[in-house]
Amino acid sequence: MDFKKQLKEGLLTKNPVLAQLLGMCSTLAITTSLFNGLGMGAAVTIILICSNVLISALRKVIPSQIRIAAYIVIIAGFVTMVDLLLQAFLPDLAESLGVFIPLIVVNCVILGRAEAFASKNGVLASAVDGLCQGIGYTVALVVMCVIRELLGSGTFGGGLLGENGAGIQIFPADFAALQMIMPVGGFLTMGFVVAGFQWLLRKVENKKKEGSK
Amino acid sequence: MGEGYIQALLGILLSAVLTENYILVKFYGICPFMGVSKKIDTALGMGMAVTFVMALASAACWAVNLALVALQAEYMQTVAFILVIASIVQVVEMFLKKSVPALYKALGVFLPLITTNCAVLGVALVNVQEGYDFLQSVINGAAGGLGFTLAIVLFASMRERVDKTDCPQAFKGFPITLISAGLLALAFMGFSGLKIF
Repeated sequence: MDFKKQLKEGLLTKNPVLAQLLGMCSTLAITTSLFNGLGMGAAVTIILICSNVLISALRKVIPSQIRIAAYIVIIAGFVTMVDLLLQAFLPDLAESLGVFIPLIVVNCVILGRAEAFASKNGVLASAVDGLCQGIGYTVALVVMCVIRELLGSGTFGGGLLGENGAGIQIFPADFAALQMIMPVGGFLTMGFVVAGFQWLLRKVENKKKEGSK
Repeated sequence: MGEGYIQALLGILLSAVLTENYILVKFYGICPFMGVSKKIDTALGMGMAVTFVMALASAACWAVNLALVALQAEYMQTVAFILVIASIVQVVEMFLKKSVPALYKALGVFLPLITTNCAVLGVALVNVQEGYDFLQSVINGAAGGLGFTLAIVLFASMRERVDKTDCPQAFKGFPITLISAGLLALAFMGFSGLKIF
C-alpha cells in the first residue's frame, strides 16, 4: 500500500471529477458557495470511505452477477444515514443541498470506486482509496465554488465566513454576474477548470519527459 | 377533477420540459447527457428509454411511497426507490429483449445505465417532496423524460458540429463540450420567465 501514490492519484492523475469526469451532477449543481462545496465534499468522502470498506470486506461473499445491485443497496444505506444525520445536526446544509444528498446514491464516483477498486483490494487499502478520492472530489468542488461564488456574487466563503455567513464581500455585489451561480455558470466554469487542469497535467508531463532526456 | 386540476397538470408538463428542464436547469442526469450525446440517433434512443423508465418509475415509486408512509418508514425512501428503479430497468430490459428485439438492439448498452441516471431517482424524490398525486407524478416523470430527450437531442446535433471544429489543445474533447452545454443552458434560461397559467 502506498499512501502517497494513492493521494497523488486522487488529487491529480485520477481525480474523480477533473480527470475521470465522474459525479458531474452534484459538481455542477451545488457549487454556488464554499459552505455547500465543503459540506457536499465531506458527505461524499464519508460515504465513499464507509462503502469502500464494507464492499471490500464483503467482496468474496457478494456473487458477481448481482454485485452492482448489492453495491447500490450498501451505498444507499450509508447515504440514508448521512442524510438523516445532516437533517438532525446541520439542517442549514441539508436544506441548501436538498435533493442532492439522497442523489449521492447515484453519484458515479462512489459506484465507480466500488467497482474499480474496493471489489479488488483489501479493506485498509480501500479505506485509503476512499479518503484520497474523497479529498480529490472535495478539492475539485471547492475550486468550482470559489470561482463561481466570486464571479457570481462577489463574495468568498459564503455560508461560513462574514456576518450571518453571508461571506466576505470582495467586490460590490452590483458588479457580479448572477449567471455564474446559475446553471450556465456551472457548465462554463467546469469547462474552463477542466481545460486548465488538462493543460497543467500536460505541462507537468512534458517537463518530466524533458528531464528524462 | 375541475379545470384547475387540468391546468395544474399542464403547468407541471410545461415546466418540466422547458422552464425547469431536468438537465439544463436542475442538473439531473448529466452523466448520460455527456456520455451518450455524440450522435443524434443514439441520443434519441436514450431519451426515449429514459422517458419510459421515468414515467414507469414515477408510478411505481408513488405506490411504494404510500406503503412506506403506511409503515411509517419514510426514511427508507432512498433505498426503496433505488431498488424499485433498478428492478424496473431490469424488467424493461427483459421485456424488450423478448418482445421488441429491434428496439432492444438499438438501446442495448444504454438500458442498464439508466439505473444510475440521477434524473430517474431525482424525479421520484421530487414527486414525494412536492406531494404530487398519482396522475401528477406520472405526468411529471414523463415530462421530465421529454425534457431530457429535447435537451440531449439538441445537444447531440450541436456536438456533431463542434467536434469537427478546431479549438485550442487544452479545450479539446470534454471542456469544449461543457462550454457548448453552457451555451445551450443559456438559451434555456430564456424560458425562465415563461408563465402561461
